[in-house]
Amino acid sequence: MKQKLVVIGAGMASGRVLEHLTDMAPDAYEITLFNAEPRGNYNRIMLSPVLSGEKTYEDIVTHDDDWYDERGITCRFGEHVIGIDREMKVVEGQNGHVPYDKLLIATGSAPFIIPVQGKDLPGVITYRDLDDTNAMIGAAANGGKAVVIGGGLLGLEAAAGLSERGMDVTVLHLMGHLMERQLDEAAGYLLRKDLEKRGITVMTRASTAAILGSDRVEGVMLEDKTVLDADLVVMAVGIRPETRLATDAGLEVGRGIGVNAQMQSLADPDVYAVGECVEYDGHLFGLVAPLYDQAKVVASSLLDGTGSFVVRDVATKLKVTGCDLFSAGDFAEGDGREDIVFRDPSRGIYKRLVIEGTRLIGAVMYGDTADGNWFFGLIKDGTDIEDMRETLIFGPAYQGGGAADPLSAVAALPLDAEICGCNGVCKGTIVEAIEDGAGDLGAVRARTKASASCGTCTGLVEQLLQVTLGDGFQMPAAQPVCGCTDLTHEDVRRLIKSQELKSQAAVWQELGWKTPNGCHVCRPAVNYYLLADWPLDYQDDPQSRFVNERKHANIQKDGTYSVVPRMWGGMTTPDELRAIADAAEKYNVPTVHVTGGQRIDLLGVKGEDLPAIWADLNAAGMVSGHAYSKGLRTVKTCVGKDHCRFGTQDSTGLGIKLEKILWGSWTPHKVKLGVSGCPRNCAEATCKDIGVVCVDSGYQIGVAGAAGMDVKETERLADVASEQEAIDLTIAFMQLFRENAKYLDRPYKWVAKVGLDWVKERVVDDLAERARLIEAFELSQSIYRKDPWAEHVAEKASRYAPLADLTLEAAE
Amino acid sequence: MSWIDIGPIDDVPVRGARLIKTQVGCVAVFRTAEAEVFATSDTCPHKNGPLSEGIVHDQKVTCPLHNWVFDLNTGVALGADEGQIATYPVRIEAGRILIDGDAIRQRSAA
Repeated sequence: MKQKLVVIGAGMASGRVLEHLTDMAPDAYEITLFNAEPRGNYNRIMLSPVLSGEKTYEDIVTHDDDWYDERGITCRFGEHVIGIDREMKVVEGQNGHVPYDKLLIATGSAPFIIPVQGKDLPGVITYRDLDDTNAMIGAAANGGKAVVIGGGLLGLEAAAGLSERGMDVTVLHLMGHLMERQLDEAAGYLLRKDLEKRGITVMTRASTAAILGSDRVEGVMLEDKTVLDADLVVMAVGIRPETRLATDAGLEVGRGIGVNAQMQSLADPDVYAVGECVEYDGHLFGLVAPLYDQAKVVASSLLDGTGSFVVRDVATKLKVTGCDLFSAGDFAEGDGREDIVFRDPSRGIYKRLVIEGTRLIGAVMYGDTADGNWFFGLIKDGTDIEDMRETLIFGPAYQGGGAADPLSAVAALPLDAEICGCNGVCKGTIVEAIEDGAGDLGAVRARTKASASCGTCTGLVEQLLQVTLGDGFQMPAAQPVCGCTDLTHEDVRRLIKSQELKSQAAVWQELGWKTPNGCHVCRPAVNYYLLADWPLDYQDDPQSRFVNERKHANIQKDGTYSVVPRMWGGMTTPDELRAIADAAEKYNVPTVHVTGGQRIDLLGVKGEDLPAIWADLNAAGMVSGHAYSKGLRTVKTCVGKDHCRFGTQDSTGLGIKLEKILWGSWTPHKVKLGVSGCPRNCAEATCKDIGVVCVDSGYQIGVAGAAGMDVKETERLADVASEQEAIDLTIAFMQLFRENAKYLDRPYKWVAKVGLDWVKERVVDDLAERARLIEAFELSQSIYRKDPWAEHVAEKASRYAPLADLTLEAAE
Repeated sequence: MSWIDIGPIDDVPVRGARLIKTQVGCVAVFRTAEAEVFATSDTCPHKNGPLSEGIVHDQKVTCPLHNWVFDLNTGVALGADEGQIATYPVRIEAGRILIDGDAIRQRSAA
């Protein structure tokens, strides 16, 4: 007969136990699951993105009703457990008893409420579950002032979310600097500066004396009698294990429910406990990685008794967009401990490594956390770092000499290296998923769960995508361009302008490149910077371009190429279609695909056929679509007022005009435009790099949208009345982007760094600067606005054929 | 050695490469500097990427498909990747590139 398992609490830890248990032995237990919240298991870690509006509750549900159904789990959600009778082996719910053979207590933790006057007033909330989150979202809808008590992880995420939702937020923190358990003072200072930059007031050494108000909260009074107005008070000073049921049931309870390494109660072998309510060997647990370890142990203990829990180091990451921090291990100062510190005040970067003997024992990073997981690995594994000590702080790219690719550290990891600590996913599993078609972060998450919990390993997973898929995934952090130089992209751009460096050799020499002529990482970037800044003086270097841009076609995995002729504004004619069809047949093109950018892709063309197929397409009046370039790709349009009964302006005409102006220009990364004829937005202009939505009164110009690895709506640059103004702003934005962005940053990443206001000042407000930008763009286009296909056909066709064919000689 | 003339040096761009077809398959001829050439198998041992389309830097080439980097002197993959490509003797004489035909024939016989 099936054994009966009762689980109290449907949080992330017990959810993981149920996953393991029902995977390993679907029929071993008849399971009843109690949850006081009226819902099942969701990803509590992601409540902050829900609060800030980046995600919805539906996005973070881990187990839905179907999931429980399929596994035959009886759910008693919204029902409190009143007591546990261990003698009778029965759990008493509000709506009746359930007998058990094994009991799992997963009651999690409760927020700590500081015992001050006014703590129970309406408008004082904690930050623990979805209901709290919704309460905050509701409160924020009215605007006003919020006071967040507690400057730890949870408090800061709450503060950032409320600020994002338009509230005027003050954070009160008892200690001298924010997140003192995870950060040292210097990193705490940088974090504070970043938060203040986004309008959040931070008060440290601020002790709350009372919460004021008569029938709802009106303010907070500090020990020093300062009074802060508040429409909402969030208490996020900490959590403590929720142990009331366990205590009442006579189990052994210290700070948490005492368990052995099999997660069995010290007092009763038929009772297990998991998650934040547990105390093991003096430790409490608040982060997800150890909870998932525990879950594995519980599941296997429930089945065959093997497995035992080991306490591991954990790494921390704050989920506030734009505040990049990382900490792991032990970073308190102490005897026999030494620090290696790296600071770059102007870029807001701080890194500190704590070394004891020959081992790294702690790491704190702010502003650039790309190497965090590598350091975390060194800490966990106790690696002897003596030999790399001198360059350790510069990260894995600098170890082992040679012109190491920044990605080589990830590439070098063995397949069984753990990438995602939360979910225990190793590199091999992720690579397998990517090769299986998981082409972006979301897909990898869906397939493997890697980076789907706390997100700390997102960077690593992105690097794995890049290593596995090749072109297109560049990390956004401010790190050196590559192993050839210590300078960042931003430094190199600035120096090329200020020192008037007009050749690659000048860059290598004057900026102290460590390699004779760069590498595949820096050469394309430097080549771009030079041609963007000195269009007349510098000549584009095809040998510094990735094959696609050198051959003006996309290389495919089998070494063939794809050919995409331009269709201006997505418009074509029967003659063009006939010419494309003829070319497809003539060159045995195996695959013809209609792209998302409103044109036609001929895939599988042999390298030596390229000049010939281009010549044929040229003859029919078509030119390169630059579907391979870091440059203008497409301008997607709808048919506008010519045909559509809703169209307000000539969106097609504007799209064609824009494409004819912008085509051929090189940009830091690809640029896609959309022009929609009305707010119904059939051209999907609001997720483009630049998107114009026509309205009755004129044109709404949005920029910095994304619909790739990230999805993001455009931000409004300006509303203008005339078509010419729409064109001018578009050109000026393009040129500002060309002059300033880091190579391989799409506009949305660049705008996130410089701020939309900075862009508006130059493109919209300062008319002289706008005119300069347009003029500079036109100057550059006098060189680059031409068809590279025609040029290659005329001048370089022989380069597409082999230099020599020795197989013929052998036949003689 | 039997040197075979495969063409003028100026047909290969500096820090670029060209392809030659041989009995052992495609061979890439690299020009790493004004008067410095190398020849190796064109095929990356990783996923068969065409090395003659890679970015040439120092005396190295980066495969265009997945960024493996090879030392053109030895053919050995650098950094984390493990693998090796065949290399062939090649030299410049009077502005022409000559490749060792014996080396290619030996390899095809082997």
